[in-house]
Amino acid sequence: MIEVRGIKKAFGDQEVLKGIDMVLQPGQCNLIIGSSGSGKTVMLKSIVGLIQPDAGQVLLDGRDWTAMKERDRKVLRQEMGMVFQASALFTSLSVEENVRFPLDFFSTMSAAEKDQRVAFCLDRVRIPQSALTKNPAELSGGMQKRVAIARAIVLNPKYLFCDEPNSGLDPETSIVIDQLIQEITREFGMTTVVNTHDMNSVLEIGDHVVLMRHGYKVWEGAGPDILQSTDQEVVDYVFRSALFKRVRSALK
Amino acid sequence: MLSGFFRGLGSYFLFLGAVFRRPESWREYFKSFVRETELLGMSSIPLVVFISLFMGAVLTIQTAINLDDPFIPDMYIGIAVREGILLEFAPTIVSLILAGKVGSNISSSLGTMRVTEQMDALQVMGINPASYLVLPKIGASLLFFPILVIFSIFMGLLGGYLAGDWLHLVNPDDFLLGYFDEFQPYYVVYSLTKTVVFAFIISSVSAWYGYHVKGGAVEVGKASTKAVVAMSFSIILFNYILTDVMLQ
Repeated sequence: MIEVRGIKKAFGDQEVLKGIDMVLQPGQCNLIIGSSGSGKTVMLKSIVGLIQPDAGQVLLDGRDWTAMKERDRKVLRQEMGMVFQASALFTSLSVEENVRFPLDFFSTMSAAEKDQRVAFCLDRVRIPQSALTKNPAELSGGMQKRVAIARAIVLNPKYLFCDEPNSGLDPETSIVIDQLIQEITREFGMTTVVNTHDMNSVLEIGDHVVLMRHGYKVWEGAGPDILQSTDQEVVDYVFRSALFKRVRSALK
Repeated sequence: MLSGFFRGLGSYFLFLGAVFRRPESWREYFKSFVRETELLGMSSIPLVVFISLFMGAVLTIQTAINLDDPFIPDMYIGIAVREGILLEFAPTIVSLILAGKVGSNISSSLGTMRVTEQMDALQVMGINPASYLVLPKIGASLLFFPILVIFSIFMGLLGGYLAGDWLHLVNPDDFLLGYFDEFQPYYVVYSLTKTVVFAFIISSVSAWYGYHVKGGAVEVGKASTKAVVAMSFSIILFNYILTDVMLQ
């Protein structure tokens, strides 16, 4: 379980997070949603420790992550995997080397075991053998995301973080990526946190959803319940979302 | 402007503090060091050879024309060319050229990694990006730049000799005698010391600019340009300081 308590963050005069509390459920797909500028990326980066919050705590299964020294954080980081918005694959390495990279650094496995683990992860995200020696730049956006997922899970982490995993993908590929994230979460029992503005993802994989707006948490609850909410800000967001557009166009 | 300079200087030293940390995996750092040696050092050999050959040739032509006097033996032209190449042209000019080639490569590659979140990916994995990405580059530069400068010295002397001989500007035997006459090994120490300092400046300053890029592709280009300007200024300044300290 990931607990966020009173997180605040400002960049100069601009307050981006204004004291947020949330509880992200273990073994589930937790979605942080909100429109651009709502603070969800800063929230996610604060949770993974890429941004140091000005105030508040992040507890990873009761361990106060925000108060830890960097040395202790490094150990805990091996329990984390992250998929970045632009995939963030290392362009100087091949697909296979990208997935192998965390193992080379942190695993005590033999070379053969590493080969097996890499092959398993790439197979799990359905990357064909023919792509293994390619440079990430030679892959499509969807395949890059899948390789990034393979790299994120190669150390068998407890926590998986995904920042806008559907960014730049067509709707069909977005659904494939969403489903893959959900399958992996269930299969490996990970606590997954996904940042997205896609309402389809909420209905597709959102076990637990947190809606943010202007640096505040507006709503938190089980995914499908968001459609039942009568809170005006929630209704506004859902109303403006892509889902509504699709429903509206379908009704037309 | 002055406060900006000191803030930048402070940030540079903090950055160096982050770079010189204990590696998470010595083996991976060593692999990266080997890659960087090839990328930054080996790939620069053809450029250094080409420049040095012609630099030596031009130096011989200019010196021979200016010392074209029956009372000045050709040996002195050889001495002048040797000292010019050894003391200044090889370490300083080659370093300035490497600042353009290697320095801009370092700043643009790190800048690209920054804006494409590759550095964040390293950090999330528990790898210190400053150390993993920069330390092997500094190590490779410190090791390989002196080798390049030694190459440059030999190629410069060869170019000077060949130009003097082919253009019949000097008597080749007398000229060659000048290369060996009253040779001071300390000048090699001076030359290589300068090179090591310049190598550190080039690799660390360009890395600092690349590491702190914010924005997108345009900012990566701007950082690269700023890095080359800053490195050139620093090399010229430290060239003066080291010359004053080591040759006075």
